Parts: sequence; C-alpha cells; structure tokens
Amino acid sequence: MEYKSDKIKKVLSASVPGFPFKAPNWPATVSRKPKQSKLGANYDTEWSRTYPVRMVRALFLDGIARPLIKTLIPPTVFGEDRIKDAPVPAIFAANHSSHLDTPLLASHIPARYRHKTVIGAGADYFFDRTWKAALWSGLAGAIPIERSRVNRRSSELAESLLKDGWSLIIFPEGGRTPDGFGQSFKAGIAQLAKKADVPVIPVYIKGTYDALGKNSRTFKPGPTSINFGLPLFLGADEDVRIFAKRIQQSVDQLSYELETDWWTARKAAAVEMTPELTGPAVKGWRDEWLRTKSKAIRIASASRWPKKN
Amino acid sequence: MSPRPGFILDVDKSTPPALFWHGEGFRLEKLPMGSRVIYPPEALDPLKDPLGAIAHALENPVGDSSPLSSLLFADMRLTIAFDDLSLPLPSMQPPDIRQLVIEQILDLAAAKGVDDVVLVAALALHRRMTESELRHILGDRIYDSFNKMGRLTQHDAEDRSNLIHLGLTDKGEDVEINKRAATSDLLVYVNVNLVSMDGGHKSVATGLASYKSLRHHHNVKTMVHSKSFMDRHNSQLHSSNWRMGRLIKEAGVKIFQVETTLNTNTFPDSFGFLQKREWEWNLKDRTGFIAASAALGKTPPWLSRKILHSIRSPYQLTGVTAGEVEAVHDITIENVFKQQLVEVHGQTDILTMGLPYIGPYNVNSIMNPILVYCLGLGYFFNMYKGMPLVRKGGVLILSHPTRREFDPTIHPSYIDFFDNVLADTTDPLEIESKYESAFATDPWYIHLYRTGHAYHGVHPFYMWYWGAHALDHLGAVIILGGDPKTVHRLGFMSASTMSDALEMAQSFIGPDPSLTHLHSPPLLMADVK
Repeated sequence: MEYKSDKIKKVLSASVPGFPFKAPNWPATVSRKPKQSKLGANYDTEWSRTYPVRMVRALFLDGIARPLIKTLIPPTVFGEDRIKDAPVPAIFAANHSSHLDTPLLASHIPARYRHKTVIGAGADYFFDRTWKAALWSGLAGAIPIERSRVNRRSSELAESLLKDGWSLIIFPEGGRTPDGFGQSFKAGIAQLAKKADVPVIPVYIKGTYDALGKNSRTFKPGPTSINFGLPLFLGADEDVRIFAKRIQQSVDQLSYELETDWWTARKAAAVEMTPELTGPAVKGWRDEWLRTKSKAIRIASASRWPKKN
Repeated sequence: MSPRPGFILDVDKSTPPALFWHGEGFRLEKLPMGSRVIYPPEALDPLKDPLGAIAHALENPVGDSSPLSSLLFADMRLTIAFDDLSLPLPSMQPPDIRQLVIEQILDLAAAKGVDDVVLVAALALHRRMTESELRHILGDRIYDSFNKMGRLTQHDAEDRSNLIHLGLTDKGEDVEINKRAATSDLLVYVNVNLVSMDGGHKSVATGLASYKSLRHHHNVKTMVHSKSFMDRHNSQLHSSNWRMGRLIKEAGVKIFQVETTLNTNTFPDSFGFLQKREWEWNLKDRTGFIAASAALGKTPPWLSRKILHSIRSPYQLTGVTAGEVEAVHDITIENVFKQQLVEVHGQTDILTMGLPYIGPYNVNSIMNPILVYCLGLGYFFNMYKGMPLVRKGGVLILSHPTRREFDPTIHPSYIDFFDNVLADTTDPLEIESKYESAFATDPWYIHLYRTGHAYHGVHPFYMWYWGAHALDHLGAVIILGGDPKTVHRLGFMSASTMSDALEMAQSFIGPDPSLTHLHSPPLLMADVK
C-alpha cells in the first residue's frame, strides 16, 4: 500500500509506456487464467484426415519420403511376417532415437496400415506453432499427444481414432533418447490399447540415432533397421501396468534380437535376461562404450534371421 | 462463467497505467508501486425473463401488501409516480425498465376498468423533462395515451394548489407532498435503484416533496452526519426520509412500491474497454480506447458531450420487487450490494478517482464545476459502507477538466451560485445561513423551474451540501487537469500532472503516503473494514 516517495517522480515523469499502443503487461500480483490455446493438445487435426489430404499424404509418403529414405538411410525391415495377420487397426509402439524415426516408420509399416495411420507427436514440440502443426498433421498425419501430463483430450482423440479404424504410431518413451540408450516407456499406451481394444505391435528401430541423434548437428546418412514384433494383446485379467511392462520388454527383446540373433534373444527372454534398452544403471564413460560396442557387433555379424520378406 | 467479484490490485512495476475518466475524455495514469486499485465486480447475469419477473413481482408482493390486481378497482384514483431521468446513468437503451413496469401496471388497471389514472414524474426540485426524455422513459405508447389528456404530469414542488401538508414527524419535520399522489386510492411508485442511496421511503418523501419538506434533510447538518448516505442505516438523510415515509403511511397514503435493480453493464461494445481491467484489454479494446480518446480529444467539448450523451447503456434487469416500501427496499438493497460491493481493508492517505462527463443532474447537459464538486465529493466519495476509503485528513485527487461552463437553461441558479456565493465563501454552513433562502425563494428561478427546464434555485446549494461530509473529512482536494481558476473558486487546488498532484498531496499528509484508486466505470461501493 505504501510507496517510496523518491520513486514517485521517476515513475510518473516517465512518458506513458507503450500501452495502449501495445498489449498491456499482466500485473505480477494477478493470477492469470490460462488462455485456451488452439495449438498444442488443443490443435484440431480433423482436416488432416479428410480424403484429399490423405491422398496428398499418401503421394508424399510413397512418392517422396520412401524413395528418399531408401536412398539416405536405407532400412532393413525385419519381422513383417510376424504382423502379416495382425488385426487392423493396431498401435505401433517403437523406441525413439531421432526425428527420422517418424518418416522411416510411417513409410515402412505394411501397406494395409500405412494410409490409415496417425502418429502421436509431442503436442508441446510439434504443435506449438500453427505452421508446424499444419505441416506435421498434414504431411505425417500427426496428432498431438501431451507428453508431460495426462491429457483427456489427447487420449480421447487417440481412442476415438483407433475405434474409427485408424492405426497409431506412438513412441512411448515420450521423446528422443539423449544418449542413444532407450528410456522407460510411459504407461499410457497400455491404457489406450485397453480402452480401444486394439493390439500393440512392438517395433525396434535402429540406426537413426547415428544418422541424426538428438544432439547431432549434422545428418550422417547410413543404414537403418526396423524390427516388428508379434502383436501383443491385453490379457483377460492382465493389469495395464503389467501390459505396459510387457510392451517394453518386447521392444527390448527385438533390440537384443538385432544385436544377436533370434534364438539367443528368445533364450534370454525365457530366463528374463534380456538386456534393457535403457542401458546400465551406472552412467559414465561406459555408456558410450557399451553403445558403440553394439555398433561393432552389427558390422561384424552375419546376416540375421528372420530376413525381410 | 459466473461474473467475477470486485478485485483489489496491488500495483507493481508491470501493472499497466490505470484508466481515469476525465470529463469528456480519458487519462491513463501510471500509479506508484504499492498503490491499490479497486476494480468493480463484473456485471451480474440478468433475469432471464424480465417481463415475467415484473408480472410475478406485481402479483406476489412482499411485506404487508396485497397483489396489485387486488388493489385496483373501477372507480379508484390511481397515481403512478416514477423516477426521473437522473437515473440510470447513462440512460438505458430502450425500452427503459420504467416503461416495462408501468405498461404492465396499466394493463392491470385497464383490465379492472380504472379510468382515473395519472402519471407523475417524481422530480422533487429537479428540472422538468422534455418530451423526448419522457418518451424515452415511458415509451411512445404511454406518452401518447396520457400526455394529450393531461394525465402525464411532472411534479411541481412550487404548485401550492397541488401540495398537501400531511403533518410533522416526531422530530418536527414538515411532510408536504404531491396532493394528487397523496389523495389517490393507490400510489404506485416505480423506481430504478442504481445505487443504494435510491429508493425506499426516499422515493415518495423526497421525489414528490416540496422545498418546505426537503429542507429538513437536504441541509448541511444532515449531510455531514450521513456517513455515508449510500449506507442507509448510517445516513441521517435516510433516517429523516424514513420518518417522513412512516408519517405518510400513517396519514393514510397507500403506497405500492415497485423497485428495480440493474446490473453494471454500463457501456455498449464500442466502449467495451471502459468495462474491463486494463491488463485484459485486447486489440479491439486498445483500438477502441485510442480511437475514442483521439476523437474526443480533437472535438470541442460541446461536440464530445453530444457524442457521449448519445450513449445508451445496455443495462439489464437483475431484480424487481413490489409491495410494502420497507420490505421491498430491503431486498432491493441486497441486490444492489450484490452487484456493487467490494470489500476493502483499511483506509488510504490519498484517494484518486476519475470523474465522467455525466452525473445525475446533467443528463443531456453540461457538467458544470459545482456538479463536478458534487459528483466527486458528494457521490463518489460516499460510495462506501463502514468508513470512508480515505482517512480523516487525507487527500482526494479528482480527474476532470472542470471548465467554467454552465448551461443557462438548465442550471441558471448555478451560475449565480458560482459567481456570487462561492466568490464569498465555500463553507457550507455559511453558505446555507447566508444565501440559501434568497435563492430558494427567488421568483425568477421558481418561474424557470416551473415553466422551463431549469433546476430549482436552491439546487446548487444542495449540491454543495452533498459534499459537506467529504469537506469535513478531507485534508485537501486536488483536481487533476482542472482549470486552475475554476478549481480555485471551488476552494481546491489544481494540478496538471499526477506527479504534481502527488507532490502537492504529500505537502499535506507527509512522505510515503498510501494511495488507492477507485476504478470506475462501472459503479462500485467499497465496504471498508
């Protein structure tokens, strides 16, 4: 209530600030009601699922993205036989190492899914500007997913699309790996599968971190791999948390399968000894050592099974 | 979303400048850090079915009263009195709420076969209204039906043939009111309760009274002891009116009171910025403000006035209650407080406020210096309950150009009051004792009041008395942006900038004063704890 007299002159002698010619400041003492933004999780992507836009997107994916990816980061696709008879729609749950994961996976999932699939993308990152939101929803069929908190609108949109026959590509880690190792999966995917009553197809993507990792400044073209796992269904009495863990373990096994071979990976899975994507508990110089070791194995190893169909 | 209650902002360095009315324009003033700004509550949601609510109120009266339809009969004398154009401010967008209420009353009277119906505008000593003003309040249907038959009248406090003395109160106050109203079988009073001062017994005891009766409460002593006259239970003005009202009832005058309350939806969309807190101004509000400020700043005062007085407020009905006067008024006051009351903790050293182009006594006319004084010290200063917003000996800073401008048709006696009375003294008691009688009985002023559109000769005195409590309470009054000569005549100081005004204020109350700004429009009433 009181003010310093010596400040009066200074404050009042100043010419009236930019207001009203520019927007007013918000007083620090007044709490601000969050403005209902039309961006982020509130961005309306319905337009991107209209037929004309889907057609443009199909042309883009098959005519531009696929050839470009085959040229720059040629993928070897494994496990397509495992999802040959998987129900449509389904949720594709993949590890996330790079921005390249999205176009890579979107353009290489089987054709029966490809042109009716949406991609869960971070609402805060891909939908924070109108142009970005339009670009990603238009060209990739992205839908906004709130990463930092549970958002009813995000989950309801995903659920309604799944029920409407759309498949969903989602990266349950919630963001790209900062160091090449995987991150824990968020549990929302299992809940979503339960609500929409669809299977989850685990996917392991390899090589994109080396091509364009989170902290990479330059793009390094190179080979990549995609390994599809068997579709996972929520058990009759299975808890969604157990199911979420099962999804992550499946991706771990797909990863280990690429590092070793199918039989070794199955044996490790049987005794619950599959190395986790999240890497060692102790971080340090050994992180990079272990991660690059896996690269050496890939180069040295012989061709693996199952082969691409 | 329900409307937000009133709000007190603590000014910090990021707070945008505060809006001040400045007569026919605006000022944006950066207030010192630590100041408080009291913002009024948002407009309440209106009644969904106003016509249905009026009909319900007339048939379901409160207090010791029967439904209106049962009080009407064929051979009766029915008088319908109504508030004049001084309420609401600015005037409502048509239809005026009085029109809606009176039309329903007349429908009921017509159904009962009542022939002897007279409408009376309760002017007290206010000016007579023009035809267009009456048409605005009552609507064409009522005006055309009643005016040509001489059944639409305006109370004449100097018409001895139409006044009746009903007796003296226990305090010796004369009660003399409109004879037609007092001798009717039923007097229906239709009011607009814009602020808590209005309504109740004041409607008839003041609105239909003569000078002889009014002088008992419109005097310096009563006004100084009305703390405030917006708070009925602490207002001697109201105590006197209540005594008179009860005497009127005892004298056998049967009154059916209809009181209405409006929300504070005061300005149309084009002036929407006036209704919003500055930091919530969007592009449209800022554009509106800049355009309005620039346009009003470039136009001469007479044209600015014409533009602003043409504004019609989109007020909406929030309550209508009918029946026995006191029971009705209790509900009405609750409704008014629900809309206007803001709880404020503690008094302030300096109170600032902007004064608009309009007050109760200059509708379609000029806000002359005496009305500036009355609006600031009489009305806005008194918009409190409990204790004044500003401490005893504090400083009031008003923002208004305060030009020496008068409307000789409407305020003839104001000119002489300003030139002769204020040149001699500004002390209310001295003014009252030395000059009131001469002005009140001046035949020329009485003639102008009765036949023209002039306020009664004594009216400027009452304006001065309205501010007597504030004059008694305050240490100094500074008019920001006021014409120095005119302001000096009022006995106040003029400052050209807020910075100067604050420095001047500090010379009275010392360094590091606290400051509170009463943000208006819309209207608010501070409940000072």
